[in-house]
Amino acid sequence: MEEHLVDWSRAQFALTAMYHWIFVPLTLGLGFIVAIMETIYVKTGSLEWKQITKFWMTLFAINFAIGVATGIIMEFEFGTNWANYSWFVGDIFGAPLAVEGILAFFMESTFFAVMFFGWNKVGKGFHLLSTWLVAIGSNLSALWILVANGWMQYPVGMSFNPDTIRNEMMNFWDVLFSPVAITKFLHTIGSGYVMASLFVVGVSAWYLLKGRDALFAKRSMIIGSTFGLITSIFLIFSGDESAHQVALKQPMKLAAMEGLYEGKEKAGIVALGILNNKKTVSNNEKTYHFEIEVPYVLSLLGYHNIDAYVPGIKDLVYGNELRGIQSTASKIEKGKLAVKALEEYKEAKKVNDILKASEAKAILEKNMKYFGYGYIKKPEDVVPPVATTFYAFHIMVLLGGWFTLLFALLLFVTMKKDISDYRLLLKSAVASIPLGYIAGEAGWVVAEVGRQPWAIQDLMPVGIAATKIATTNVQISFFMFAFLFTLLLIAEIKIMTKQIKIGPKGGH
Amino acid sequence: MIRTYVQKGKLMNSIISVYKFYIDGFKNMKVGRTLWKLIFIKLAVILIFLNYFIHDKKFKTEFKTQAQKVNFVYENLKGK
Repeated sequence: MEEHLVDWSRAQFALTAMYHWIFVPLTLGLGFIVAIMETIYVKTGSLEWKQITKFWMTLFAINFAIGVATGIIMEFEFGTNWANYSWFVGDIFGAPLAVEGILAFFMESTFFAVMFFGWNKVGKGFHLLSTWLVAIGSNLSALWILVANGWMQYPVGMSFNPDTIRNEMMNFWDVLFSPVAITKFLHTIGSGYVMASLFVVGVSAWYLLKGRDALFAKRSMIIGSTFGLITSIFLIFSGDESAHQVALKQPMKLAAMEGLYEGKEKAGIVALGILNNKKTVSNNEKTYHFEIEVPYVLSLLGYHNIDAYVPGIKDLVYGNELRGIQSTASKIEKGKLAVKALEEYKEAKKVNDILKASEAKAILEKNMKYFGYGYIKKPEDVVPPVATTFYAFHIMVLLGGWFTLLFALLLFVTMKKDISDYRLLLKSAVASIPLGYIAGEAGWVVAEVGRQPWAIQDLMPVGIAATKIATTNVQISFFMFAFLFTLLLIAEIKIMTKQIKIGPKGGH
Repeated sequence: MIRTYVQKGKLMNSIISVYKFYIDGFKNMKVGRTLWKLIFIKLAVILIFLNYFIHDKKFKTEFKTQAQKVNFVYENLKGK
């Protein structure tokens, strides 16, 4: 496949996925925050809480409406730009997406209407139930797409059928409860909750800085910072489990996240560092210009054991017999055997040579887990872009730490003091809204760039997954999407800021 | 017989209530009107323009049968 075309298709998918992720997290988290606010309203009967609920519900609707269907574009792209991939993954990707579509349509759209049109028309209890179901429904929708993504990171529960060139699902529960899928789901929705909390505390802080709607803002601040603090702590634990799964299932990604070229025992984590951009897997340049390392932590995070050996990029590319790490060259050899066996199987089937076909199938099955390596030209090609993965990971972790501290401070000051006097803290809360988005996007960069060159881990590299179409078409649609999404983002910010300026007492 | 008519009547009333619920909801929308306009414009661009004018649709339109699709993907997978 022409590299130029593959890069454009990659860029287009990255663009649409990253824009999509601007809208999704607020829906995931704000749904629950609104449901909590409405629960307080129903419990207390206080009209102020009703007003608070309706205000945040309007912002939820704006974000939901503008974000809706941005995910459809990615599904289009699977069919157009990634046809080989779409066919190869078969029903494994199709089943979760179908469940997602049905759930999203019936659950969200039905109760969404009650949530917005049902004030004073249905009972308080039923309205509250609808709000909770919209929040739960949105999160369940995310479950299915994240299960599909988890499968791409760690393919389980399937068997490759050489007749149809598709993976067929053997065990739905293995796919659904794959440890990678579960941790991915929990960590991703957790990040959505934190981003939504940042949005709530940031907007509330803006009101307090402007000296208006103080009671509304303080109450929203308490809910936002409490929800944010709890979910930030949850995010730390789910992040720890994610790192553990990455260490076990995608050790190359973990090595790239830390810029770890040489494997070692009792490996420390680099808290801050600047990578030497001349460093590659095949030279002996120093890795960092500067680094601050916390000893033992990488071994502990990755393997829950401070003495554990963490394989470096060199171990994974060139192998390390002493540690039982297979070289990429050996995997390439097995991958080529698998690809050749597939061809031999197809040829044998054509001439109805059953014996030859079954021999070829046996070789294919034996080497299938290395199938994707059959398309890798040289061992060094399995190294992902280290700098991008490293910096994205560190940005995400540092910002995550900042958010936890911010929520704790905001909660403490709102409960114990008059937060209106703490203007620097309020300004920090406003400034942290975009930082939440940066952290979320950085997380996806780690997850996806860190597993390159794979579209499906070890089974299909992106160069094979892409469809042979005209590069110009991909370029045109790339700019079309960029234009469309930028317009949507501008529209969202404009409508959202207009509604925020109107405030909680205005119409919704 | 009477019971069936009563049931049919109840069902009809429920349908009318749901219909009115949606109609009233849409009529009383404020921000929602702008949002719906945006949704329709967005869907029009995504579903019509991009679908018909930008992308090649070889895989779905040119390969109608499973055998053709299998062959297309297989040709892409072999000899790389």
